[in-house]
Amino acid sequence: MNENKFMSAFKQNAIWLVFFVEIAIFAYFNPKFLSLANVVNISRQVSYYGIASIGMTFVILIAGIDLSIGSIIALVNVVCAYLMMNMGWNMWLAILVSIIMAILIGVLNGWMVASIGIPAIIATFASQTVFRGCAYLLSGGLPIPGVVLEHPTFGFFARWSLNRWEIFKAMGDIGLIPICAIIMVICFAVGSFILNKSYFGRYFYAIGGNEEASELSGIRVNKMKYLIYALSGFFAGLAGIVLLSRSGSAQSTAAIGFEFEVITCVVLGGVSVAGGIGRMSGVIAGVLIIGSLKSGMIMMNVSEYTQMVVQGLVLAVAVGVDCFSKKRQAS
Amino acid sequence: MNEDYVLELEHIRKEYPGVIALKDVTLQLRRGEILGLIGENGAGKSTLIKCCSGAVIPTSGKIKVNGKEFTRMTPQLAAENGIAIIYQEFNNVGELSAAENMFLGRPILKKNGIVIDRRAMEEEAAKAFEQLNIKINPRTLVKNLSVGYQQMVEIAKAIQQNAQVLIMDEPSAPLTTNEVESMFKVVELLKSRGVSIIYISHRLEEIFRLSDRIEVIRDGEYVDTLITDKDPATIPNQVDDLIKLMVGREMTQKYPPRKPCVRDEVILELQHVYGNGDEDISFKVHAGEVLGLGGLVGAGRTEIAQVIFGARPKESGKIIFMGQEINPKSPRAAIDHGIALLPEDRKRHGALLTNSIKNNISMPIYERISKATVINSKIEHSTAERYREDIQIKCPSIHQLVKNLSGGNQQKVILGKWLAANSKLIIFDEPTRGIDVGAKFEIYKLINDLVEDGVAVLMISSEMEELMGMSDRIIVLAENKMMGELTKDEFNADLIMSYASGVVPENRKEAV
Repeated sequence: MNENKFMSAFKQNAIWLVFFVEIAIFAYFNPKFLSLANVVNISRQVSYYGIASIGMTFVILIAGIDLSIGSIIALVNVVCAYLMMNMGWNMWLAILVSIIMAILIGVLNGWMVASIGIPAIIATFASQTVFRGCAYLLSGGLPIPGVVLEHPTFGFFARWSLNRWEIFKAMGDIGLIPICAIIMVICFAVGSFILNKSYFGRYFYAIGGNEEASELSGIRVNKMKYLIYALSGFFAGLAGIVLLSRSGSAQSTAAIGFEFEVITCVVLGGVSVAGGIGRMSGVIAGVLIIGSLKSGMIMMNVSEYTQMVVQGLVLAVAVGVDCFSKKRQAS
Repeated sequence: MNEDYVLELEHIRKEYPGVIALKDVTLQLRRGEILGLIGENGAGKSTLIKCCSGAVIPTSGKIKVNGKEFTRMTPQLAAENGIAIIYQEFNNVGELSAAENMFLGRPILKKNGIVIDRRAMEEEAAKAFEQLNIKINPRTLVKNLSVGYQQMVEIAKAIQQNAQVLIMDEPSAPLTTNEVESMFKVVELLKSRGVSIIYISHRLEEIFRLSDRIEVIRDGEYVDTLITDKDPATIPNQVDDLIKLMVGREMTQKYPPRKPCVRDEVILELQHVYGNGDEDISFKVHAGEVLGLGGLVGAGRTEIAQVIFGARPKESGKIIFMGQEINPKSPRAAIDHGIALLPEDRKRHGALLTNSIKNNISMPIYERISKATVINSKIEHSTAERYREDIQIKCPSIHQLVKNLSGGNQQKVILGKWLAANSKLIIFDEPTRGIDVGAKFEIYKLINDLVEDGVAVLMISSEMEELMGMSDRIIVLAENKMMGELTKDEFNADLIMSYASGVVPENRKEAV
């Protein structure tokens, strides 16, 4: 019995083992990989995947999918920059409005999926196309540059928490952690809280396991779907703000294909596409694996095209191993 | 070896990590016989037949087919050696015709070797159907066939493939009475042609009707094999013996005694309710009363239950619950009023199989035991533990997933959920379907406890004995309408059957 417990604990955390092996391999080939500068850099790069992956985790947990988050990020970039640069809005107000817009797009997805009954893959693909188009229309296809130059405070999401942020300075080493990574950690904490401590988490797992039985157990399934797609929009919007803060310039072509990268992280982290199964800690590992894989390959001078091949293979192998072990258990 | 065995399973053992599904089962099937295989849920029947089909690889033991020894089967070996299995869930493709289904995966090709010879397949299929004396047009799409005929397509497919051994897992479960009768005829016909059959069923009367011998397994072990005595006089004794063998203890009564506890207080009253296909349904259920809802499958019983539970909209009429008119638009609304439903299809509609026992029980009350959406995990735990103890859910811990429980225990988890929700009216839709004898008795006891506590129970049942054994009153539906009502002293199987068939006997016409 103890051995079994050990094995199941091992299996649940096998993804972390993959992560550490990966780190070890990169560190072996390039000692600089584990340098403080690089670790901090990875945490910056990873943050906006991480933030968006939380919403995607919820969506995939109920056996849905959200293909619109890349477009939401682009539109949030463009709208936020437009409000600040072309209309002279206050930065915080612009951020607030663009995030609310992201949430509303999520609500629209929820409406299409829950109330109209369009399959999630089609509904969110439609809004992907529509809102990418809106981003092009609003920006005329041109970048809106100079966001951080004109509003220096806006850069703070991407900045290391040095200098003016006395509170972090006082904490010494923490002063090296980028704000966006701190935001990501907070978001993961919130996501984990929602999944494990609030009743929403119980509902998400239930709906993912069996929608009909969930409804008959008193869960308002449709309302939950609205909530989940709205949350996915919210986290995508937040990721969009972080991206804008890092790039300093709003691009309507930003984050194309981003949803698939996020789906890769989530699925790699052990969330079942069939719904009902998955843990936040796994998703964190998934995000870190993909993040360090990218960074490590760049440091090893692997070409971008080869990176795509590797990333695709990692996804197929990771999910394949999981499916294979389940299949063997069943027979 | 003086006996002629087609299939022998010797000391089959199957271990899963942490569980032993089969300890040691031996089974011998003679040529041309029907062997009834019985055992409680979880006794290992399904695992055993999966060993024969190759879907499960035994840990140890031997499988002999016509004297040839194997340590394991594969689906292909099974087919080559003439073993075919009719599972509870059919393997048909609804969008294809009956003939195409029969030749699925091994089509007859035209001479050129590329194009499918549809006509040849249809002719072969027609021949196979003819052999079984069944009338199915080979061109009909399988989804347009009744469940009974869909099963026939599977049987015909097996016979067309020259099956020598046919294993049938609960073949009568999805069928109507008439369909069961035609299935029996086909089975008997096959036997007369020398096909050997293993027939698995919970319904003992079927086992007696068909089988030559009966093998009992319990907890993954071989218990005994009896020779079926078809003399009707001895059947009751045989049934008792078999139940004893299956359960491993004596079952003295079928229905536990209940103190009279019907109160005057009306919990639920329906006044001329239309909706979900049902027409003009009116009845009352009192506190402490079990109202039985009888009728044939498809008579509209589940439908009215769904309307009361808010899962389907009501069109007109009044639902009065505890003195107040209600109009629940969702199960949530009904649950908040104090109405609960234990659906017929436990696995699809009742239990959340991939969730833990604890989560299942607390599901309807999470919002109540949470503050600012944060669950009070102490209450969550103690609630689950309380009902686990109260209704004796057999499980190692409340964290166990419900899919790993037996049917009876799953039903108890669903009941626990509704008790936690403090329900005043509990609707049981086929409460003991697919549940083994021992667990049935426990479910009946739980229903008794409920009504003794003043809960009102509406019980839909297709088992006549259960309906009469448990109900205080029975109403019978036919074709979505109410046919009649019987008080306890009027209970009579013939009368219920005639109501259920839509016939009101002359002497009772004024009563409706």
